Amino acid sequence: MKTSIKYIVAIFAMALTFVSCSNDDETTVNELDGITKFKEITNDTHTIELYSHMGSLEQGYNEISLRIKDNTTDKYIKNAEVSWSPLMHMAMMTHSCPYSAVEKVTENGTLYEGYIMFQMAQNDTEYWDLKIDYTINGVDYTATDVIDVPASAKRKVNTFTGSDGVKYLVAYIEPHHPKVALNDMKVGVWKMQNMMTFPVVDGYTVKIDPRMPSMGNHTSPNNIHATQTLAGGLYDGKLSLTMTGYWKINLQLADAEGTILKGEEITETVTASSIFFEIEF
Amino acid sequence: MKKLIVFFLSLSFCFTFSQEADSIKTKELKEVLVVGTKATLHEKQTKTLATLDEFLQKSTKVDLIKRGAYAWEPIINGMATERTVVTIDGMRIFGACTDKMDPVTSYVEVSNLSEATISSGQQGSCHGNTIGGSIDLKRSQRQFTNAGWEFFVNSGYETNNRQKIIGSAINYADSLFYVDTDVMFRDAENYKAGNNKEIQFSQFRKLNLSATSGYRLAPNKNIEASVIFDRATDVGYPALPMDVSLAEALITSVKFNYKPNLEQIDNWETKLYFNTITHTMDDTKRPVVPIHMDMPGWSDTYGFYSKVNGKYKKHQFLANLNSFYNRSVAEMTMYPSDPNENLMFMYTWPDVRTLYAGIYLEHNFEINCHSNLKFTTNLGFHNNNVASDFGLQSLQIFYPEMKASKSRFLKSFSTNYFYNKDGISYGFGMGYGERAPSVSEGYGFYLYNSFDGFDYIGNLNLKNEKSLEGNANIGFKNAKWQTKISASYFHIYDYIIGIPDASVAPMTIGANGIKVYTALDYATILSSDFTISYQLSDFWIWKGQFVYNLGKDNENNGLPFMSPFNYMTSLGFRPGKFSSELQLKGNATQTEYNAFYGEDKTPDYAIVNANLGYKFTFEKSKMILNTGVENMFDANYTTYTDWKNLPRMGRNIFINLMFQF
Repeated sequence: MKTSIKYIVAIFAMALTFVSCSNDDETTVNELDGITKFKEITNDTHTIELYSHMGSLEQGYNEISLRIKDNTTDKYIKNAEVSWSPLMHMAMMTHSCPYSAVEKVTENGTLYEGYIMFQMAQNDTEYWDLKIDYTINGVDYTATDVIDVPASAKRKVNTFTGSDGVKYLVAYIEPHHPKVALNDMKVGVWKMQNMMTFPVVDGYTVKIDPRMPSMGNHTSPNNIHATQTLAGGLYDGKLSLTMTGYWKINLQLADAEGTILKGEEITETVTASSIFFEIEF
Repeated sequence: MKKLIVFFLSLSFCFTFSQEADSIKTKELKEVLVVGTKATLHEKQTKTLATLDEFLQKSTKVDLIKRGAYAWEPIINGMATERTVVTIDGMRIFGACTDKMDPVTSYVEVSNLSEATISSGQQGSCHGNTIGGSIDLKRSQRQFTNAGWEFFVNSGYETNNRQKIIGSAINYADSLFYVDTDVMFRDAENYKAGNNKEIQFSQFRKLNLSATSGYRLAPNKNIEASVIFDRATDVGYPALPMDVSLAEALITSVKFNYKPNLEQIDNWETKLYFNTITHTMDDTKRPVVPIHMDMPGWSDTYGFYSKVNGKYKKHQFLANLNSFYNRSVAEMTMYPSDPNENLMFMYTWPDVRTLYAGIYLEHNFEINCHSNLKFTTNLGFHNNNVASDFGLQSLQIFYPEMKASKSRFLKSFSTNYFYNKDGISYGFGMGYGERAPSVSEGYGFYLYNSFDGFDYIGNLNLKNEKSLEGNANIGFKNAKWQTKISASYFHIYDYIIGIPDASVAPMTIGANGIKVYTALDYATILSSDFTISYQLSDFWIWKGQFVYNLGKDNENNGLPFMSPFNYMTSLGFRPGKFSSELQLKGNATQTEYNAFYGEDKTPDYAIVNANLGYKFTFEKSKMILNTGVENMFDANYTTYTDWKNLPRMGRNIFINLMFQF
């Protein structure tokens, strides 16, 4: 009996050793985890690699990462100052869209990131291009190329003129992968100052009412309207989805005073708002 | 009474043997109902192949909620599944349907059973924590006799719903080994309510197979294995928006029985069991549905118990150590009319695992030859764990702080005094019990209840429901008369019931709103019954049975499913091998009802039943023929237990034939 207890103790001790060993594994941080390259823009000196989660762009809000490779050394540049400007080429005019500054992701990394919200998709005659300006050790460079921005399958962007006469853009950002849960929701609200300038709107509220039109247009409980935590930032809310399937997230945009600038409340007779997002999962 | 010699109150029997000085008499307030074809008393039944539900209906403590012709839900003292414990030979089983379309009783057949023990309130806490009481369905009580081979063939027909019943049993027993097998099949079409009104979607089909086998290892040791397979298909639920395409159960157990050579210990019984249930709801046969949906559910239970009986001088003991682990999962998938759209899926029961471990102790003290005092205690540990992350996150929509696991400690105590002398018997007792919320009450996610038209949401913050109970009974018996009146009063704290929450919108198309399971401060239930019988002569007997229940919530409004004044009276004539009976049965108008819980006023009704039986005996075989007419005057009626006033069966003529050789 005594010996068997000894064995058991020994086995336990061995098991513990193995468990503690396996915990020591060090995981190397891979900058490119979860993102896929979708485009390379090349000029004489550098190749700029563009990455996104989906490995492509689409109409709506896009988080875009990039790396700059020196064409001669094949090394990635870590100390560039980067900015970008997307431009839509239409038959009679050109215009830009809301976009952020481009920031370095980590100090020692090679990756830079920002967002661009394409409010419209390309078509046969109209297209987007992206101009990237960057400075390395005091020398300015630039690279421009056409990028593919197809239409999104579901509505992700609303562009409209509010009751105050201002043209607004409201875009769906998160959840990327909606779940049957209380999802953290992120939306963006911008206004069109002119054809080239689309600043973030501060202090508004994006009211949400998710509905399932295929099932009696029922809603879901405990949604939290999206509001800003920081001026200049995106809007955060909670989106509750009680089942999988197709959801229409009806929206109302309210200004800081609570005046509804666009969108309708859902009632028995009003089954959808004029501004909305769509998700299906 | 329609059925002769249906139940015995042990209480009224004990004094018969009070001359035997050394025997300890257990005097308990429980009803033992002969329900199965396995009991020897079975052949005295007047409808031998009645469904288990029809048999249970005869108890004064039990009524059954009816959503159709099949799978009635037993209620004890006006309390339904959540507040009661229904076991098969002590085994815990849990239905797999979120809409309670499959009570445990729907997975057995009379051919599997010999009797049902019905215990009221805390007297029924032996196999688990209960508020209302318990039903323990007992299987064959056969032992190692030298009976040899026995063959039975059962068949029946009912005219109203063209129910065809066919079954057989083959049994063998010798001094070392026995095996009992039986099979029963029922197939019924739609039934017709009074005035020949056909009730669409009231058909059912049920196949049941069972086997029990025992082997004697030593003179005081034996082992028994038992299996029941039950499969119901094409079951209509006319009162509900959906039917059932499959309800299937496999119920298995192995039991070890030991009688130690100790004076103090009578028997030690240990059982391991496993059961698995698959339940599939189906709406494809309904002509109009707002949206087609699938709602399957699964329930698996693993458990054991170990029960010791003993005695010491004037003390009788019972200890039952028991545990189970249950997994309940139910899903809902809705099909949008646009086939390109993704399916709508949710967990209605989010893979809830329930682990229970408890000990029940009973002490029966014989004060003197005509009175005794009984104490019971049940202490249990109860844990729920939500195993599905998907399900947990769904519920966190309502309860963002919710954790997957929740543990409770459940306590129950009772004490009862019994007295029985010279035909006078009386008893009274007190009890305290607790129960955990059921899976639906704790974790249900948009469960549509068609009774009140609300979607129900579980509430995991519910406290234990607690019941303080008092009961009393008094009876008198002599050569001709037998009467008994009994009453129980339950004061239930943190009474769990659905309360509307206007801030949440319903999901089901056409629903009235959302109810969240909530604890009322308290509710009270009074349950009372009176039985009487008079032996007019050797052959004639008159019986009466009267029940009245009253339930109130904390605002003095009625609770649902409380029996209005309910009566049954019968006149039986039984000379020798012939038996006959005429029965009148009815309810007074339901005056205590509450629209808040979906009830309406059910009018009074009365129906007349009659039956005849004859036992033919041949050399080594016998044949029992029973025939009768139920609802003779084809009344169109509904009772307080009928879901959404579903009309009950109109005139029905049955014939049951049992052949043994």
